[in-house]
Amino acid sequence: MSILVNDKTKLLVQGITGREGTFHTEQMIEYGTKVAGGVTPGKGGSLHLGVPVFNTVAEAARETGANASVIFVPPPFAADAILEAADAALPLVVCITEGVPVLDMVRVAAVLKDSRTRLIGPNCPGIISPGQCKIGIMPGRIHKAGQVGVVSRSGTLTYEAVDQLTRLGIGQSTCIGIGGDPIIGTSFLDAIRLFHEDPDTRAIILIGEIGGNAEQQASEYIHAHVKKPVVGFIAGQTAPPGRRMGHAGAIISGGSGTAKEKYEAMSAAGIHCVQSPADIGATLAAAIGK
Amino acid sequence: MKIHEYQAKEILRRFGVPTPRGEMVTTPLEARAAAERLGTKVVVVKAQIHAGGRGKGGGVKLAKSPAEAGELAAKMLGMTLVTPQTGPGGRVVKRLLIEEGLDIKRELYLSVLVDRAVAAPVLMASAAGGVEIEEVARTNPAAILRETVSPAAGFQAYLARKIAFGLGLPGESVSHAAAFLQSLYRAFIETDASLAEINPLVLTGEGKLVALDAKMNFDDNALYRHKDIAVLRDLDEEEPLEVEASNFKLNYIKLDGTVGCMVNGAGLAMATMDIIKLADGSPANFLDVGGGASAEQVKNAFKILISDRSVRGVYINIFGGILRCDVLATGVVAAARELKIKVPIVIRMEGTNVEQGKEILSSSGLDFSIAMDMNDGAQKIVALAATASGKTR
Repeated sequence: MSILVNDKTKLLVQGITGREGTFHTEQMIEYGTKVAGGVTPGKGGSLHLGVPVFNTVAEAARETGANASVIFVPPPFAADAILEAADAALPLVVCITEGVPVLDMVRVAAVLKDSRTRLIGPNCPGIISPGQCKIGIMPGRIHKAGQVGVVSRSGTLTYEAVDQLTRLGIGQSTCIGIGGDPIIGTSFLDAIRLFHEDPDTRAIILIGEIGGNAEQQASEYIHAHVKKPVVGFIAGQTAPPGRRMGHAGAIISGGSGTAKEKYEAMSAAGIHCVQSPADIGATLAAAIGK
Repeated sequence: MKIHEYQAKEILRRFGVPTPRGEMVTTPLEARAAAERLGTKVVVVKAQIHAGGRGKGGGVKLAKSPAEAGELAAKMLGMTLVTPQTGPGGRVVKRLLIEEGLDIKRELYLSVLVDRAVAAPVLMASAAGGVEIEEVARTNPAAILRETVSPAAGFQAYLARKIAFGLGLPGESVSHAAAFLQSLYRAFIETDASLAEINPLVLTGEGKLVALDAKMNFDDNALYRHKDIAVLRDLDEEEPLEVEASNFKLNYIKLDGTVGCMVNGAGLAMATMDIIKLADGSPANFLDVGGGASAEQVKNAFKILISDRSVRGVYINIFGGILRCDVLATGVVAAARELKIKVPIVIRMEGTNVEQGKEILSSSGLDFSIAMDMNDGAQKIVALAATASGKTR
């Protein structure tokens, strides 16, 4: 009943001894995520929150058998941390860090293209399969296990949508925050494809925002392949052009990347478009006849 | 981050990109002296503001003598320059660039930026220089050459030749063009630029390529490793409230509506603006106080919001999740009291201890309305702001 992460996921935390790393590791353990170890160079051999700490990701992966990592290191070191996880051949890396330079991500993306590692993020809340595994900073308690896949570029707006679903009694298979940066590891298209192939995901929510054309690409794929109901919302209908709306990737440039053109693409693909962020849950409920 | 044309040209020169000789000046006297030193028959007087379309607004003029350069400078300095990109308010001209006039044979377009769709730098070039590239893209997309650069291989000479021949440059100029392109690309990469745009790039009578205009924007996230570029930020070119907000590390963008918004998270902040509009109101700003929304940040955010005289009401929309609503509510009450906030405030919050949070707000004696959900909050604040507009503040 999930994609990418489940109750078999064994997690490493890169930057586990830092303030953010410590806080969110506690939260993840409390939720039930199997945290197998942490990595902080120079602190190898110690225990932190009852979890063994290693000097390198390769050593941590070898010793613990971990199959995923989450990154809480500061922006100047984030690209290095992602590449170290890829070098250790971890299949899944989730980078929470906000503020990674774009050209660092250009280099990372070039390496990951030929690697078996899937990156989620950076600048994202992470991924959760409710009741099984939470990797990231999202509040676990608002989620409920079920059959709706949620993919979004945002953090708190995703929580808003998930909260609406849960209040309506509709659970989620997996919720992925893909991140608000211009260059990210897992795109809308990637996530939609995974939800499409997952037999336990019955419907999908896509929460996009202004900037780029990832939502349009996903819409084309949905139009051609996806039979499951998809509900779409785009944040930034009132955003002025040329201004970066918080997220590094949320900018209308040269007149393109507007909410209007994204809605048009979604509508043409047969996606149930929602104009108000307050109606995401209700629209999904209607789409699945609940 | 944006910088001025003269600063961009200084950076480009460091990387070997040919630019016209020129000097930045701030007085008519300096302008005249600079024109004398340049010694060319014609000099160009260019207003330095962070917006394009300066020529159309009267911000670029030719002078045929140093004396005329001085006179033009006297007119231009201090004037409010309105261009299609400045908005109706325009920008006050405080600096000028005095440049040598060139013998221009052809005008071309050239830029480097990161294409997010392929996650790699891309060079764009066009034989149609001097016009906005968006315009070319709309009317004649085939006239734009695009070459993606492999991050592993870097910018190889063959790509440069491909572009140079593609632009129809004469054979004898091609090796010069290749060197120009490689220098520009190196400047882009080594400064962590987000845009390096040469429009127009000119071919002179001598067959040389020169960056007649230059625009460089930089990746804010990478400024920590470019202190020399970070200091080029010109606060005069930014909205004062946005500068103040950035000092508090708040993500704030001023808009022209009346409902101030305070939200945690960029996506939810945009969605909150949207829902205010759907409720027939108009957002006064975008404001992301950060995922955590600490009491200190809430107070700072209030300071910024109430400095905007057009704000008639404030909508606080916080989806806390892990955040404790009682702590948030205490912070909101303290800030509203300390800053003596007069405008109506609607709060929608979710998170741990939400009931305690609501209790703290309602027993504070301050003018708070508590929203049931995001939509309810938007309806309430738009109604309150409309009423408040009738009264004076």
